[in-house]
Amino acid sequence: MSAATQPMAPGAGTPAPADGSERARGDLLAVLEPIWQAIVPVILAIVASGILLAVIGRNPFDFYDAILHNGLLTDFGVQQSVTRMATLLLIAGGLIVAFRANLWNLGGDGQWLLAAAFVAGLAPSVVASLGDGLGLAVMIVVGCVVGALWTVVPAFLKAEYGVNEIISTLMMNFIGIALANILVKGPFLTDRPGVPRTDILDLDDRLPLLGNTQIHIGIVLAVAVMLALHYTMTRTPLGLRLRVLGANPRAALHLGLRPKRLTYIAFGASGALIGMSGAVSMLGDWGSFRADFNPAYGFLMVPLVFLARLNALGTIAFVGLFSVIQIGGDTATRQADLPTDFILVLVGLLLFFMTITEYVRIRRAQRSAYVPRGLGAGVKTAVGSPAPGAGAAREGPA
Amino acid sequence: MSDLFTEPVLTALVAGAVLAMMPIMLAALGESISEQAGVLNVGLEGMMLFGAYAGFNGAYYLHSSWLGLLAGGIGGMLSSLVMVVLCVRMRLDQIVVGVALFLFAEGVTSLLHGAQFGSEYPRIDEIGEVKVPLLSKIPVVGESLFHTHPVVYLAVALVFAVRWMLKRTSLGLSLRAAGEAPAALDAAGVDVTRTRTLAVLACGMLAGIGGGYLSIIAAGTFTPLMTQGAGFIAIVLAMLARGKVLWVIALAFLFGVSLSISTALQLAGIDISTDVIQLLPYATVIVVLVAFARRSYLPSALALPYFRGER
Repeated sequence: MSAATQPMAPGAGTPAPADGSERARGDLLAVLEPIWQAIVPVILAIVASGILLAVIGRNPFDFYDAILHNGLLTDFGVQQSVTRMATLLLIAGGLIVAFRANLWNLGGDGQWLLAAAFVAGLAPSVVASLGDGLGLAVMIVVGCVVGALWTVVPAFLKAEYGVNEIISTLMMNFIGIALANILVKGPFLTDRPGVPRTDILDLDDRLPLLGNTQIHIGIVLAVAVMLALHYTMTRTPLGLRLRVLGANPRAALHLGLRPKRLTYIAFGASGALIGMSGAVSMLGDWGSFRADFNPAYGFLMVPLVFLARLNALGTIAFVGLFSVIQIGGDTATRQADLPTDFILVLVGLLLFFMTITEYVRIRRAQRSAYVPRGLGAGVKTAVGSPAPGAGAAREGPA
Repeated sequence: MSDLFTEPVLTALVAGAVLAMMPIMLAALGESISEQAGVLNVGLEGMMLFGAYAGFNGAYYLHSSWLGLLAGGIGGMLSSLVMVVLCVRMRLDQIVVGVALFLFAEGVTSLLHGAQFGSEYPRIDEIGEVKVPLLSKIPVVGESLFHTHPVVYLAVALVFAVRWMLKRTSLGLSLRAAGEAPAALDAAGVDVTRTRTLAVLACGMLAGIGGGYLSIIAAGTFTPLMTQGAGFIAIVLAMLARGKVLWVIALAFLFGVSLSISTALQLAGIDISTDVIQLLPYATVIVVLVAFARRSYLPSALALPYFRGER
């Protein structure tokens, strides 16, 4: 018997470490999976656009080199990219709040432009009378309020009557764009000759710059907001409520949450962050709102936010990448004699490949066994090292 | 205000409205079919752009506006294949794919046009308008309705045909069931995927023809991003029409009027900012939504992929 069990022991012992390392590798893969999931579509999109470039007779390597060079590798380029990132991050944050609650706020551009128009129109006089610090802070708050107010109608229609928010936000989007132009050509119009625009905020009165760079503090604000957003969404009751509402509105109702109130909150917060972005962009980058100005950032952020799976931290990385592509792409497309809209091809392809990668992931998960991978490991660790609470309870009476 | 109701002003208004409403009407008709079948096609704008690009090229190289419109329809249908494969077959998120299709279409059509013509915008001169004798002499509406490309009549006839199809045929019943209760349709032995595929392809074709109309007949040329939100307006119109496609004609005409009213007002010597006028149709929709919101109704399975056996 002992002779039989004796060889068994090493036999049983050998697979154990292998099993352990395999599990470790599995855990590592599980950690890397979201990153892998995000990088694969990026690579595929770059390759596919490269092929398209080659087809129309441009050298894709030169093109991508120009993007990288002008967006990241020159002092001017990297500073511009970081500045652009501040604007885009805040929009992305605003979209995350709404999308987490499964509210399709597709009216970001209207909210952004209207807030920007109000801020640009009021800023020169407000900053002059209140001083730089207080004046700029007040203007950022004004941007938030305007952005939030522009979501009230869609939020009301959604909360009270269940009107599809895609229609209402798109309508409010077009109204917001037109209204911003009316404001700029009317009450906020500057006396100076030239293109219709608002008064220009003096360079000295704009958002303070970081050190010796041309980067204003908007980026600090944006990153702080994203970190706070990540904390709120993952670690606070409000974040949980919004996610429950987004995942299953009926469950939210049964849990005793108030979907109407949460809808208002999510829409309001979304609009406020997007409005803040408009304010930061006006106070830091432009200093003045030119009539018919519409960079359409809001729509471009929708795919990025999804690519990061509505995760605020992941969004920071993707928005950084996108800012480089946008700033570098501006110069690169001009050098390659292409329309600047080419960047949209890249973004569209990115989105397609992202959804396809997600599909492949789900299919693979469905093909694997019914038993979750962590289950066996969980039992072993529970036996090997009991939870501190359970251990204390057992030791207590002994 | 006395100049407002003179004949030239009203003629310009109706003519502009008919030109502007056709692309929106065709796209909204397509979107209605697709929405009735439960597929929310956010990429409509992209399909219109593909249609406009393909239609322009068809008309430019084949020297026929009819072949151009056909090419536009085929272009729109090909682009809707993306929706078919990703959303109907692979059941991916319709809104994400729709946004992707829109962005991709904006970029690709602008890129291809740039590669083809550089910064030139060649025009199509001969669009083949037909003048109906006698009727075209009617004041105000005669010139715009009876001295125009005959596809206008075909488009209006198409709206009635789609209405008949949705209401009176078993295909229409299947389409509506695919949007309302796909599981019931499946249980009745009709393939949900195939029904929805048909709906999306029809939507792509109609949006493509609408885009083709825009580039060939309304503008006479293709310019990048030329749809300027027409696709999104069409989505809203389809939602407001709630599957009652005759409403699409009326709503599209309303939008057409508000898009062309600025030219007419200029003729009348009234100076209102174009921004104000452009805002009016959207503001109207919002007011209508707030006032009649309780009546807004969408197919219950809209934008939801159908998984067999899922509860």
